Amino acid sequence: MNEIAIHVQDIYKNFHKQSSFPWPRRNGGEVSRQVVAVDNVSFDVHKGEIFGVLGPNGSGKSTLVRLIATLLLPDGGSITVFDHDVVRDPMAVQRLINRVSVEASFFKKLSPMENLSYGARLYGLNNRQARIQIREILNRLGLEASSVGKPVEEMSRGMQQKVAIARALLTHPAVLLLDEPTTGLDPRSKREVQSLVCELRDQEGTTILLTTHDMVEADTLCDRIAIMDSGRVVALETPEKLRSLVPSQNGHAPTLEDVFLELTGKKLVSEEANS
Amino acid sequence: MITSATQQLRASYAFVERNAYLIRRYWSWELVWLTYSIANSLSVSYIGLGIEKMGGQNIDGRQLVLYLVVGTLVWRYLSLLFYWITDMIALERWEGTIEYTLMAPIHRLTHMLGQTTFAVTYSLLFTGIILAVTVKLFQIDLSNANLVGATLVMLSGSLSFIGVGIVGSILPLLFPERGAQMTHVIIALLLLVSGVYYPVEVLPHALQQIAVVSPATYVLEGTRSALLDGLPTIQLWAFVRPALIAGAIAIPIGLWLFGLAERYAKRTGKLHRNG
Repeated sequence: MNEIAIHVQDIYKNFHKQSSFPWPRRNGGEVSRQVVAVDNVSFDVHKGEIFGVLGPNGSGKSTLVRLIATLLLPDGGSITVFDHDVVRDPMAVQRLINRVSVEASFFKKLSPMENLSYGARLYGLNNRQARIQIREILNRLGLEASSVGKPVEEMSRGMQQKVAIARALLTHPAVLLLDEPTTGLDPRSKREVQSLVCELRDQEGTTILLTTHDMVEADTLCDRIAIMDSGRVVALETPEKLRSLVPSQNGHAPTLEDVFLELTGKKLVSEEANS
Repeated sequence: MITSATQQLRASYAFVERNAYLIRRYWSWELVWLTYSIANSLSVSYIGLGIEKMGGQNIDGRQLVLYLVVGTLVWRYLSLLFYWITDMIALERWEGTIEYTLMAPIHRLTHMLGQTTFAVTYSLLFTGIILAVTVKLFQIDLSNANLVGATLVMLSGSLSFIGVGIVGSILPLLFPERGAQMTHVIIALLLLVSGVYYPVEVLPHALQQIAVVSPATYVLEGTRSALLDGLPTIQLWAFVRPALIAGAIAIPIGLWLFGLAERYAKRTGKLHRNG
């Protein structure tokens, strides 16, 4: 049996959204409401697996990633990363993971080298060796040598995202959390990032948890996919088995979009979200 | 892997180096800020000569200038220190990197040590430049001043302002949009009660009571005694001791409160909202 890299058990997270200043109450209205972001979710991710979490905006994907990344505390349930509890032993978890989020968060005026050097020091890497590695990784990701010293703010969104991925690779995480890493990228950059994800798993055995609302991406990359809707996992299977849940229509093989529509009654990417 | 104290120290250098990179990239802002600070200090100091000219026959204008020069320099140093420490969070909010930094496998003490080391070094250098310009312009004679004693008093006062700064850094942690601006209230209240530009005796009784617990009061009195009266170092202990006690109380309280605030921010999801 495969070793379990991430164990998520009955995890629950809600947020209080305060609508206005708490006093005075107008019309007897409630000043805050609870929003359940993750609702009793359970699953295991095996070592070396690419595990997809597919769902529309607001389905709880990013909250789930933040809970695993020790950036949020759960209201119920538990999460372990290689048997280390994210609440009781966050530093042990932090040593094993890294995260690439949809917004490539950098010190905008600093160069990729300066940003990555900062990251390397935070993770206790030897600075001289790290600088060599940074050049190697950025070169592998197709970043021109002349861009290494320029401010990140002068780079395209696609390039920034590659630097974000390089920053995560630098620390050789056992578990890589990719939170919509290809959102907003052009098709070529998207393909480059996707091939890198496969390469990471195949060559370094990295366990990858990938959230996306790109069905093709999930279908192509993931060994298993959890479909989330309104904070709940409504299905968890291999892409093939998920597609088999829906009968083919008019001779066309069902897509993950069809599966999502069938399971939730909603479109994966709403027209509102697209506008 | 970061396990030993040495490695944590190495990680703390990440913040020193990163801030140095930021200073270099924002050099034009630093130049503007330095010019503003020099102009501000000189403007306040000229009040001394102005009052003599406006008919204060019995006022020793030169002595008043020295009184104000010391006040403005000490205050510039302490407030710079405070703001750099609150920037531990405020800067990350501004750049949108807070989640990346708080996800790194380092103790918060390591984080604070790095930021504090940079803050003290930067503030001393910055204030030193203003001092050099002021001394040159007002032709201040420091031959009888106890410069070593004055530095000792300022450094002992640094500890308490580090503690106050840590408490201040809680505001941008809890209030992503306006937390950084809210820190000004702490520094404004300390400016009011600590006798920066006037003796605390002129304050109403209630404010004088608050001045007793302000560490800046002792730093200012001690520095003035060292520079204006040339008080020997041994006699400066009367000012150093309360400043050290304030630091010994403020730092652990600051760390404890920061720990509570970080936990609250992780529970309520305030980390991922950029200011």
